[in-house]
Amino acid sequence: MNTENFIPISTLCQHYKLEISFFNHLDENGLIDILLVDNTQYVHKESIYEIEKIVRMHKDLDVNIEGIDVVLNLLQKIDSLQTELLRVRNRLLLYEN
Amino acid sequence: MVIENHFFMAFIDYYKVLEVDKKATEAEIKKAYRKLARKYHPDISPNDKEAEKRFKEINEANEVLGNAEKRKKYDAYGEHWQHAAEFEKANQNQRYYGSGGTQEEFNNYGRDGNDDYSDFFESLFGNAGRRSRSTHQFKGPDYTSELQLNLEEAYSTHKKTITVNGKNIRFTIPAGIENGQTIKIAGHGGDGRNGGPKGDLYITFIINNHPDFKRDKDNLYATVSLDLYKAVLGGEITVNTFDGKAKLKVAPGTQNGTKVKLKGKGFPVYKKEGYFGDLYITFQIKIPTHLSAKEMELFNELSKLRAS
Repeated sequence: MNTENFIPISTLCQHYKLEISFFNHLDENGLIDILLVDNTQYVHKESIYEIEKIVRMHKDLDVNIEGIDVVLNLLQKIDSLQTELLRVRNRLLLYEN
Repeated sequence: MVIENHFFMAFIDYYKVLEVDKKATEAEIKKAYRKLARKYHPDISPNDKEAEKRFKEINEANEVLGNAEKRKKYDAYGEHWQHAAEFEKANQNQRYYGSGGTQEEFNNYGRDGNDDYSDFFESLFGNAGRRSRSTHQFKGPDYTSELQLNLEEAYSTHKKTITVNGKNIRFTIPAGIENGQTIKIAGHGGDGRNGGPKGDLYITFIINNHPDFKRDKDNLYATVSLDLYKAVLGGEITVNTFDGKAKLKVAPGTQNGTKVKLKGKGFPVYKKEGYFGDLYITFQIKIPTHLSAKEMELFNELSKLRAS
């Protein structure tokens, strides 16, 4: 399999100074998807933005992985509510003008 | 001149920022910092300028109160911080007022494009304070910008160049973007701290109203005037759609306010090329005025026919 668009977990461990178990725990909790190719674990490079956010929350705020999962779910909810609010506001403009 | 600058800087009560008592223990300060950081961290409160500002203040307060040496200096000179320069002068052999290039040296403090520290912090701790900061990597600040588009511009995918902090950024605006929608351009925000990643640029679109079409997500709404005779007898009319004209059949006996849907003649669906919403036409029937004698006579006749 072509791993061009994937980053080895070991590289992430080195970069963020984290144990491999941290990433495995993220995978077990469904926060990231780890791909195993020839006994090497990878993540897709598109998930880096999300991983960095998780690492920051973990390191800066001492939030554990379960907590991060809750935070991410709530942020997602806020995001969809904000989108809904925007749509309602735009719809309201139909009647206000 | 440097001293004059000092007089205009506002004193920052770091204890107030962290919401702790002046006698707070190291553990209490740490706890307060963590609690506030969890509340205002940019990842927890994305796109919230106020939270971002608070987070910087909290970090700065923790930087000082969380470090025994800095806290001691702050406690001793904080409220009368202008004396800190004299303190520094006595203890560190003219850091601020050393011979030659004094003004330049001062200007270097906190003037490297990174505004994460207040002038107050810089005046009290200078570069030394900055260097001893924790080695945590922080993402750079996110920038926000607003861009006005007219409805025609939002109708088609096109490229646009904007200038942010003197840098030209070219990006694609997908067709179907909504009023108030924000798109993120990754890595075009401020520089990260301690090698952290650059922040992002968030552009919010303000889409101006169109005189003829109103938009609700992917659907467009327009009002078309219909003369009385066409409404009564039916026929065919040509209406303006957003990208041209369309022929429309009018059923006999069409009522005022009747709505008809022109499928696929609405607005492009965001990021779904080839998909369009619908155009809803509302008929507004025009009652003829300034009738001639002949017309009046015929309307009277019609009225009598209706009554019988």
